[in-house]
Amino acid sequence: MMTLALDLGWGSTLAIKTLVIMLLIPLGALIFGWVFLFKMMAHMQSRLGPMDSGGFHGWFQLIGDGIKFMQKEDIFPEKADRRVMALAPFVVLLSTFLVFLVIPAGPRIVVEPLDTGVFYALAVSSLSVIGVLMAGWASANKYALMSALRAAGQLIAYEVPLVLAVVGVVIQAGTMNLQGIVVAQQEGAIFGWDGIGHPFVLTQIVGFALFMIAAQAELTQPPFDMPVAESELVGGYMVEYSGFRFLLFFLGEFGTAFAFSALAATLFLGGWALPGVHGGTADALGPVVVLVKVMLVAFLMFWARFTYPRMREDQLQSLAWKWLIPLALVNILVTGALKVAF
Amino acid sequence: MVLSMGPQHPATHGTLRLVVRLDGERVVAADPVIGYMHRGYEKLTEFRTYPQITTLVNRIDWLSSFANEVPFVHGAERLMEIEAPPRAEYIRTTLTELARIATFLLFLGEMGLQVGAITPPFYGFRDREYVLNLIEGATGGRFHPNFNRIGGLKEDLPWGWVAECRQAMQKVLDSCDEFEDLVVGNPIFEQRTRSIGIIPGSVGASYGVSGSNLRASGVDWDLRRDGEPYLSYRDLDWKVWTHPDGDSFARYWVRLQETRESARMVLQLVDGLPSGPVMAKVPRIVKVPPGEIWVNTENPLGEMGYYLVSKGATGPFRVKIRSASFGNTSILPWLLRGCYVPDIITILASLYFILGDIDR
Repeated sequence: MMTLALDLGWGSTLAIKTLVIMLLIPLGALIFGWVFLFKMMAHMQSRLGPMDSGGFHGWFQLIGDGIKFMQKEDIFPEKADRRVMALAPFVVLLSTFLVFLVIPAGPRIVVEPLDTGVFYALAVSSLSVIGVLMAGWASANKYALMSALRAAGQLIAYEVPLVLAVVGVVIQAGTMNLQGIVVAQQEGAIFGWDGIGHPFVLTQIVGFALFMIAAQAELTQPPFDMPVAESELVGGYMVEYSGFRFLLFFLGEFGTAFAFSALAATLFLGGWALPGVHGGTADALGPVVVLVKVMLVAFLMFWARFTYPRMREDQLQSLAWKWLIPLALVNILVTGALKVAF
Repeated sequence: MVLSMGPQHPATHGTLRLVVRLDGERVVAADPVIGYMHRGYEKLTEFRTYPQITTLVNRIDWLSSFANEVPFVHGAERLMEIEAPPRAEYIRTTLTELARIATFLLFLGEMGLQVGAITPPFYGFRDREYVLNLIEGATGGRFHPNFNRIGGLKEDLPWGWVAECRQAMQKVLDSCDEFEDLVVGNPIFEQRTRSIGIIPGSVGASYGVSGSNLRASGVDWDLRRDGEPYLSYRDLDWKVWTHPDGDSFARYWVRLQETRESARMVLQLVDGLPSGPVMAKVPRIVKVPPGEIWVNTENPLGEMGYYLVSKGATGPFRVKIRSASFGNTSILPWLLRGCYVPDIITILASLYFILGDIDR
């Protein structure tokens, strides 16, 4: 695999890569926040949402909100563990940043084409629970503590179906490299028919559904938002945060949604691949194609988020262990058998 | 662990404080602490004249203000032995039922929010607006109409109100269908509410639970039908809804059916609206002859009653207010024992109380 084929020293390459990743999250979070949180949610709830700031449909609102958060005082409760509490939002955000390292946006546009890409992405994405636990414990608040424990239990339960759901894709593609998985979808064929390549969502529909459900739980979004649960835990682990650090949690929430949508788009919808587009054209179109696919996946995610009520902690645990994990195992078995048979 | 929920907790919609003793996520004991919103209305009534008091009682249960005025005005009228004209009684009944619809539409959405769905409350608020517009059109006030006078009403309905009312009721019926699809038909909602917070009928009655909460426990008791005849309910063709389960789901379901029933009642009322004056002959200065009377009515939240003692002056000597939410929340320590933390919120939402109605 080649990365950007410019002849640069490792220092400048590193700088460019860091810049790209650092820009991607806030931009992604902004787009997501605006399109889905403000506009789509507003339309689903038959209202307008913010319309005034910036002129066109209130596009400036989120940036204005961000500026507002930065002006606010950074408050710590008296009994809080200040250093841990101050660090926690960065841990959450870091895990989101790291996922984007391996997501390809074109045949040659990828920051780091790791051979263990899938494994790496899923591993770093679950780092965020450490940040949540830190925030919940250090806040010295009972609501935050309960929320952190719920989050930990939930993330452990849903990490398993998340990984198992992806195994089917890995078996079909024969590689764990995300770039390799995209190429496999670009050049593959569904039982011998190669008209549109082989987007794994068609053959791995069960895996896709499991991945989406588990990702929803990883993001702690409704119907699995027990850790945040604003009607009972009043925001959970975020309850004592204010100002800039709260903004980081907010960025982390939408950045992670962006990351998981990008992962799902890469694994199941073929990432940058368009049927019949190769080489330089694919490089040029790649980022746009990825973004469109990410938006499609995110639409599904947020649709569920704005529609469903919240499940109780014990109910979501039993859903994970009694239904999702057995189903994922059966999916792996069937995929493996078919892979050997064909 | 002792968790103090409230008085500024979002699920207690107002200023109820629950001191909850927890074992993990399980509730060992729960103790409601009330009084953060006490405004002393019972005492204030002793220093007001009768026409002034309707303004006060408006604010007890602020979601269904009009329904609060009715029992008080009835009490004064019965002591004075005057009767409001039939047209006034019909309009009173219509507005009471509109207040009931407005209150329940808010509940139908709010309950969705409390179990975690973000969208239903917006639908609830949107559809309640049609009803509030009607109340505003007739009385001039969206929340606090203060429209009742002793012996009748302030004025007649404005021109064109009845046609608008028919349209709005159609919208309410549609909106009930929407809630049936969106909330009642949702498997997660059912999981969260079925067999959560079960009140057996006899236990509920012994704690003073009333209204829809008691009907959801299978007790077929509605003051509009079973109490002393008041307003024009005898002229209407309607049904009292009950549900045998007594859980949070049953309470939601019963209120949904009652919203529909109320909309149908309003349609019947505006069809059969008699002509005539809306005010009986009442002296300029209202003086109620000495006597005592107990009047209770079926308000949206449950049984509401006034015990009125008059010594013949322009104001009452003593008024005891029996408000529905006080009885409904008094069952909380019994009901919350042994449930999980998320169920506290479901149960609180499904009992549906108004803090002003508890503290007065």
